[in-house]
Amino acid sequence: MPNVIHLKTPLSDGDIVNLKIGDRAVISGIIYTARDAAHKRLVELTDKGKELPFDIRGQIIYYVGPSPARPGKPIGSCGPTTSCRMDVYTPKLLEKGLKATIGKGNRSENVVEAMKKHKAVYFVATGGAAALLAKSVKKAEVIAYEELGAEAIMRLEVENFPIVVANDIYGNDLYKEGVDKYRKE
Amino acid sequence: MATRIRINAAEIIEKVSHLCMDANFNLNEDVLDALRDSYEAEVSPIAKEVFAELIENAKIARECQMPLCQDTGVAVVFVEMGEHVEVTDGHLCDAINEGVRQGYKEGFLRKSIVSNPLNRVNTGDNTPAIIHTEILPGNRLKITFMATGGGCENMSRIAMLTPADGKEGVMNFVIETVKIAKANPCPPIIVGVGIGGAFDYAALLAKKALLRPLGTKHNDPDTAFLEQEMLERINDLGIGAQGLGGWVTALAVHVEWYSCHIASLPIAVNIDCHAHRVKTVVLGNFQ
Repeated sequence: MPNVIHLKTPLSDGDIVNLKIGDRAVISGIIYTARDAAHKRLVELTDKGKELPFDIRGQIIYYVGPSPARPGKPIGSCGPTTSCRMDVYTPKLLEKGLKATIGKGNRSENVVEAMKKHKAVYFVATGGAAALLAKSVKKAEVIAYEELGAEAIMRLEVENFPIVVANDIYGNDLYKEGVDKYRKE
Repeated sequence: MATRIRINAAEIIEKVSHLCMDANFNLNEDVLDALRDSYEAEVSPIAKEVFAELIENAKIARECQMPLCQDTGVAVVFVEMGEHVEVTDGHLCDAINEGVRQGYKEGFLRKSIVSNPLNRVNTGDNTPAIIHTEILPGNRLKITFMATGGGCENMSRIAMLTPADGKEGVMNFVIETVKIAKANPCPPIIVGVGIGGAFDYAALLAKKALLRPLGTKHNDPDTAFLEQEMLERINDLGIGAQGLGGWVTALAVHVEWYSCHIASLPIAVNIDCHAHRVKTVVLGNFQ
């Protein structure tokens, strides 16, 4: 793949300012999984002023509920789930220092504004390329809410996890610009 | 007259269990062909890369026997049962559910079903399946399994149009559904359209329309033309693979229709993603 940016976690503001929509990047390091039920709990904690189960500053949250791992494998198939269901929670986590989220599909205006304000970005991974994405996951460990099953929070060690930048800190939106470019009607 | 045929419930359990895994691991050739054609046709570099990833993903899923998508879906099962078929040592629906239970466990597929839609407690074994049974002449049992993911199902829509809305109203509703869905159903999508029947039956027709192999047209030339017209209008939207912009938003539009009331024009659109997981088995007499 030409012109691929290599990102290492945790992300710094220096990493973030250079990212622009349409950039292709691969992520190595630690990312955390969370989807609907886990987000509800995380935001309940921030609302009560309590500590989160992991230090969220500079981190990336991946919206995923993996399929079960086969014996000897770190994880099952693990493609992104639809991000907009998390929109209601995301601004509060960005406020706490979250630097990026990975999912699929458009974000709400509130999230786009919050990303600009807190210098955070939105990445998309290919929805349905779940077996391919699993290849980039080297280790997976449940760190909170085990009782939620596929919705538990996991700490993933990833190597060259492929994403595209869909929202940068400059207010650009790849979903909007991409579709405008190819629309024929 | 066809001879009576007995099919043991254990055989149904085994076959359904296999269908669940086969569908989730092995993408059908018709879908792969459509993805390859789209890779060639696509002009957006980002969307082209998505098609390359999806083709590679299908290869890895097949080789590693891993689900194509982590959302291994609700099990939707279509049964065509010959009236001369008798299920022995068990019941048809119990056997199908047991097959789903075993297939999802053995295949390490995700369990995505909650028992009560408001209390939302996971059933833990991906049952119950949604089973549609038709009794037909003959002595064979045809079982078609479809894994229906949440992302695309959530973007499906139904409406009761008036007869005056006509063909244009139907087309506009379909295009609008895809437009509202944008990136959420994981384009490239397959669009199942059910026209007519009644409120319930239109939705069933839309789902059934998804079962038809990609690259085939409706038998009725007017309907086939409608499918082509809608496909072109959908791809003109520019949504593209994953909604990131591109020329290929849908791989196919399939329409099924049925007679309806003089006052009604029901229309249902069922969207399926590129991880189009449909597998069929036929038991009993093949002659």
